Amino acid sequence: MKCAVIVFPGSNCDMDMYNAIEDCMDGVTVNYIWHSDSGLEEYDAIFLPGGFSYGDYLRSGAIARFAPVMAEVVEAAEKGKLVMGVCNGFQILLEAGLLPGAMRRNEGLKFSCKYTPLTVENNHTPFTNQYELGEEISIPIAHGEGNYYCDEETLKNLRENRQIVFRYLHNPNGSIDNIAGITNKKGNVLGMMPHPERAVHTLLGSEDGKGMFHSIIRYWRGD
Amino acid sequence: MYKAMIYITLKQSVLDPQGNAVKHALFSLGFDEVDEVRIGKYMEVTLEAESRKMAEERVKEMCEKLLANTVIEDYRFDLMEG
Repeated sequence: MKCAVIVFPGSNCDMDMYNAIEDCMDGVTVNYIWHSDSGLEEYDAIFLPGGFSYGDYLRSGAIARFAPVMAEVVEAAEKGKLVMGVCNGFQILLEAGLLPGAMRRNEGLKFSCKYTPLTVENNHTPFTNQYELGEEISIPIAHGEGNYYCDEETLKNLRENRQIVFRYLHNPNGSIDNIAGITNKKGNVLGMMPHPERAVHTLLGSEDGKGMFHSIIRYWRGD
Repeated sequence: MYKAMIYITLKQSVLDPQGNAVKHALFSLGFDEVDEVRIGKYMEVTLEAESRKMAEERVKEMCEKLLANTVIEDYRFDLMEG
């Protein structure tokens, strides 16, 4: 399996993501792909890391969405390849229209950086098959614009299609319906604000994020 | 040459946390007649266009494609010639 970590100007969780993939996914090749590069066809899974792409100018993710590599990310997503966006990566997926909705400033207006309990709302996705349904996991957040919003119609669709994958136990940012992570309708694109790549060693305070990387590899192997 | 003065605001149905914080600050300063504060963005874009109509169309496209996120934001603009 080949994994790509996309690096935008301003990405700062790219190395964390790279290391988490390398540590948690045995036998996997992982490479950085620069935002202006191409050649994603050879990759099986694409990771959009956290950070502040293009300085979050205009809106988080708004400019990154038009980076040259994004056309290939959209194409890969449409082909059914796995695409996972964390934090700023989630914001980019929303701006690109690969996932529905938009991000607002946190309700409390504060940048929030702490371990947050989440519940796994759907364990039948390529990203969560190693968790129990309803399992409580501890994953850190670090964001100022993680207040997920969508209209009523979209929310209804998200619920009906089981696209809500993670919910906050104690909503830290005002997200609608406590949403922390969603997939697209097909389930091959995941966006989440909490950082699983920062929770892969007990030394870091939690290893609950490991399950996501293990799930991806298990899905890919078709076990 | 045209100058577009573009105003982007959160849709009325979308909670504006910054606006609320500023409203409370105004209250504490004694401006208790304030009913609501909405915070948005203001942008000036100068552009070349053959006609006013063309300029309007281009600015509209810019707003729809990049400048505003129409899931949560509304936009309007004034156009000035010269």
